[in-house]
Amino acid sequence: MLVSLNWLKQYVDISDHEPNELAELITKTGIEVESVASIAENITGVVVGFVEACSPHPNADKLSVCQVNTGQETYQIVCGAPNIASGQKVAVALPDTTLPGNFKIKQTELRGVTSNGMICSLQELGVAEKDVPKAFVDGIFVFPDDVETGANACKLLNLDDVILELGLTPNRSDCLSMIGVAYEVAAILDQDFKPEAPRVSTKEESAADRIQVQVEDPEANPYYGAFVIDNINVAPSPLWMRNRLTAAGIRPINNVVDITNYVLLEYGQPLHAFDYDRFGSKEVVVLRAQDQETITTLDGQERTLNADHLLITNGKEPMALAGVMGGADTEVQEDTTTILLESAYFAPSIVRQSSKDHGLRSESSIRFEKGVDPNRVKQAGMKACELLQTYAGGQVIDGAAEFDHLDRSERTVQVELTHVNNRLGTHLQEDEIEHILRRLQFQFEKDGDLYTVSVPTRRGDIELFEDMLEEFARLHGYDQLPYTLPGGAAQAGGLTLYQQLKRNVKTYFEGAGLDETITYSLTTESRSDQLVSPDVRARGDHPVRLSMPMSEEHSHLRLSMLPEMLASLTYNVARKQHDLAYFELGSVFINDEATLSKQPYEQLRAAGAITGKWNSHDWQQENKPVDFFVVKGIIEGLEDLLDITLNYEQAKLPDMHPGRTAVISYKNETIGFVGQIHPNLQAELDLKETFVFDLNAEALIANYEKEETFQTIPRYPSVSRDIALVVDESAAASHIAATIFATGRPLIRDVRVFDVYQGEHLPEGKKSLAFNLLYLDPNRTLKDKEVEEAHQRILEAVKGEHQAELRS
Amino acid sequence: MKERLLELKEEALRKVEEAEDTKSLQDIRVSYLGKKGPITEMLRGMGKLSAEERPVIGQLANDVREEIANALDAKMKKLEDIALERRMAEETIDVTLPGRPVEVGGPHLLTSILEEIEDLFIGMGFEIKEGPEVETDYYNFEALNLPKGHPARDMQDSFYITEELLLRTHTSPVQARTMGAKDGSEPVKMICPGKVYRRDTDDATHSHQFTQVEGLLVDENVRMSDLKGVLNKFAKQMFGSDREIRLRPSFFPFTEPSVEMDISCKMCNGAGCSVCKGTGWIEILGAGMVHPNVLRMAGYDPETYSGFAFGMGPERIAMLKYGIDDIRHFYTNDIRFLKQYHKV
Ligand SMILES: [Zn+2]
Repeated sequence: MLVSLNWLKQYVDISDHEPNELAELITKTGIEVESVASIAENITGVVVGFVEACSPHPNADKLSVCQVNTGQETYQIVCGAPNIASGQKVAVALPDTTLPGNFKIKQTELRGVTSNGMICSLQELGVAEKDVPKAFVDGIFVFPDDVETGANACKLLNLDDVILELGLTPNRSDCLSMIGVAYEVAAILDQDFKPEAPRVSTKEESAADRIQVQVEDPEANPYYGAFVIDNINVAPSPLWMRNRLTAAGIRPINNVVDITNYVLLEYGQPLHAFDYDRFGSKEVVVLRAQDQETITTLDGQERTLNADHLLITNGKEPMALAGVMGGADTEVQEDTTTILLESAYFAPSIVRQSSKDHGLRSESSIRFEKGVDPNRVKQAGMKACELLQTYAGGQVIDGAAEFDHLDRSERTVQVELTHVNNRLGTHLQEDEIEHILRRLQFQFEKDGDLYTVSVPTRRGDIELFEDMLEEFARLHGYDQLPYTLPGGAAQAGGLTLYQQLKRNVKTYFEGAGLDETITYSLTTESRSDQLVSPDVRARGDHPVRLSMPMSEEHSHLRLSMLPEMLASLTYNVARKQHDLAYFELGSVFINDEATLSKQPYEQLRAAGAITGKWNSHDWQQENKPVDFFVVKGIIEGLEDLLDITLNYEQAKLPDMHPGRTAVISYKNETIGFVGQIHPNLQAELDLKETFVFDLNAEALIANYEKEETFQTIPRYPSVSRDIALVVDESAAASHIAATIFATGRPLIRDVRVFDVYQGEHLPEGKKSLAFNLLYLDPNRTLKDKEVEEAHQRILEAVKGEHQAELRS
Repeated sequence: MKERLLELKEEALRKVEEAEDTKSLQDIRVSYLGKKGPITEMLRGMGKLSAEERPVIGQLANDVREEIANALDAKMKKLEDIALERRMAEETIDVTLPGRPVEVGGPHLLTSILEEIEDLFIGMGFEIKEGPEVETDYYNFEALNLPKGHPARDMQDSFYITEELLLRTHTSPVQARTMGAKDGSEPVKMICPGKVYRRDTDDATHSHQFTQVEGLLVDENVRMSDLKGVLNKFAKQMFGSDREIRLRPSFFPFTEPSVEMDISCKMCNGAGCSVCKGTGWIEILGAGMVHPNVLRMAGYDPETYSGFAFGMGPERIAMLKYGIDDIRHFYTNDIRFLKQYHKV
């Protein structure tokens, strides 16, 4: 809502407040003022000039040479506007004037003729083109004849006005009218305000004799008032009215249209003027449209209707789409002489539906959708009659033809003073509460501590005690509210173990050299199904699709974070950032149904992707690209952090390198995978060797058991032995280590691979694995003999199970 | 014998003095103090001495031995020191060469901001609650005083999956779920951080995915001044103790009264500048007293229980705090952006 301060001044005395200060007050107390704008700042020296003579320029076809009298002097001015003519009163910018856009007017010569200033168009004075009346869009502005020559043109054009732009929240539609804004500002400034009642002198004849009103759906249209005004002379509206419309961002058209718009702005009540003689009958019938019925609206569009849409008809044909837009056939035209003026209450829901279905959101529909003030509907019609009488020569027929089932009663809300103070934390006294109610102009009755407040119908947003609480809080002032801290039983805040571990896991990855990313949960259809871990796939294989995605880029919920993470690697590589190590902790959305009937299972997973160099080349180390064991080492570190043991098995997965991928399991359940992405995918993504992992973080964290006992530090020394075994090159080191461990128990404590060798001195197809074995008995020193025995058992076992030979 | 002893002493001390390495010192020790050395020899020949002389010479011989031994030790120490000095001189390195790199990653800026907010409220006794990102229409809207057809649903056009399921448009459903689980009697004091989704075209100020932190306190006799006190504490800790806060009226369907909280602009200290669009204030969060309908739907009696709720966007806070000009930076994962904020 755009509020002209020059207009507002008519209702409330704001002379003590600078515009910015007033805006601040309104923002703090009521409604956010989004901007404070002058229409045209600091223009002085633009005056009304009378064009005494106007002749064609001797050397230029399109220019005219004018003699312009400004009351004191006559200036010669060259003008290029096509609509210039002698006898006009125009806006003249004299030399030394600065127009908007820092355009300085100087005495100049145009094709050999001296020009002492400029005759201005409204655009040149700073009015937005969309607000300029059509007649003046392509030329200079011409004043009505009755303005005084030499007068300040900017003032006459309201260019000294300041406009406040109100950011109205959905509840404050009462301020979609100047009267509503005046009530609000009066409450804020503690002033009195009463809108003046319209004054109409009427012809004896009764409107009911000229038109009948019939409403078939009283719920959708509880009030319909039809006024008839004869003798209308369609012409431009007065300058002051055009100025106010312009200030509110509405383009002036003619007096009839301008008056309905003006009343809409002042009262917040949309009106509609039909050409009475083109209406086609003497009755207004309001009803719901038939299916497939059509109407051609004012904008020339044919619209197909159904029973959700309310129509104004003449009993036979549709004349207007109720509350949204009039029909083309009954539009007021130059030759219109009698007007049928509609002032009605249409239910918010029916207008919302119409406006939505037809994509028509107008100043009218917006107000009906929010609910207009039932007590102002008829008043607004009468105000329009008054203005039509004054500015369009209209003769108003007495009364209105009405259908009236409108509830105009005021709501009451009970307010207990102690309750107000308890909820706000204030110590308001009776006189303060009553003062606020008087500022709001809310009537009340008092019974001890209890106030019964009658809420005027203009404030449809106030229904509950809490709504009144807001009125008290804001008018008392939020800055007056004390700072307190909540009482109640103290609760120790804190992270749950799960939340703490989640943070620990993140910190661990960061310490391991990975940067945290946050990628979008919504991805493309193909990415949503790519690099999905086998455990996720086993649980639910249907990516969740949005019913109406905004784009295919973000149409499906992810089953893996990796595709989007890899896309961000590609993004970085394209920007010459080649060495990247990323991880993310986030949800994937697992769904096992072809059509979703319940919320998908959201599982917390940890994913990572590393590409480029792991060790950078510098004076003391070689450049080393990331490899499988870098990434596996990071996951093994996580095992230490969470005190768990994971198992890795060679695996072949889609989009992964068939020889460099392991599926990871925990307590015999698959929980993720690690490996290099397939060289084809690497090429597609423009990446060098890239390694990824994806783990069910939820399972790992949830299984964490906090260590709550103390383990004795061993007092006896351990015994360390190395063995080198020759095995098939395809043998899995972890399987052999597992055999060693199982056979050597309970004395064996640790088995570690410290060397892998293949090549010279070994038969073709064989490799050598060197293990370091650690023996320990926490209760005594081990004897060489028992270690030797265990060692022998181990050698036999690995020979039996893995055909491993001791390397000589 | 006395003269002979003193002579030996002089001789030995001179040799110690002249010795240049530990080897010669070792030799001196063996030749003078060893079992076959002259002093030992002489002590063996003491039997020839008289009873009066014997202790005197014995004493002298011991003194001489000790004096030589001390001289040897002192010289040995000196030579070792010299040798150590020499070795250390040889070991000298260029300390200005760079060290071996330890590559450390870091958190995403949004995580840092979120955890900072979480920790602030944990300090005030709040718990952290999380919930699903795919929500039911009931918890996302209806339980929050937004029945089907409510005009305010337009304010947050949402990504629906089915008629009943959608990507949550705010983290408020976590509040509704938490309250609902309490049987309408226990107090609630929680914040819920998380990802939310709205049908917005991604541009410099809009993102179809973003983060939110909402807070909720429900108890007997919660006052609006408590909300002001808690938010003030939060703002001062998050943005600096010299920041002022301001509440002004606003509207949210799930709170009444509703307010928006501004903090005084850091750039201009409230005087007005381009960052605060001349107002001196910067909008940080929305808040209000929990709407009685919301309490009722969660099983609380609004006559006895009251509460406050607030919600904020970590992206916006980060953008204000660091002057970041485009919300898309948070989701592009440009390494040059991520690395900038590892120290916060
Ligand atoms: Zn500022």
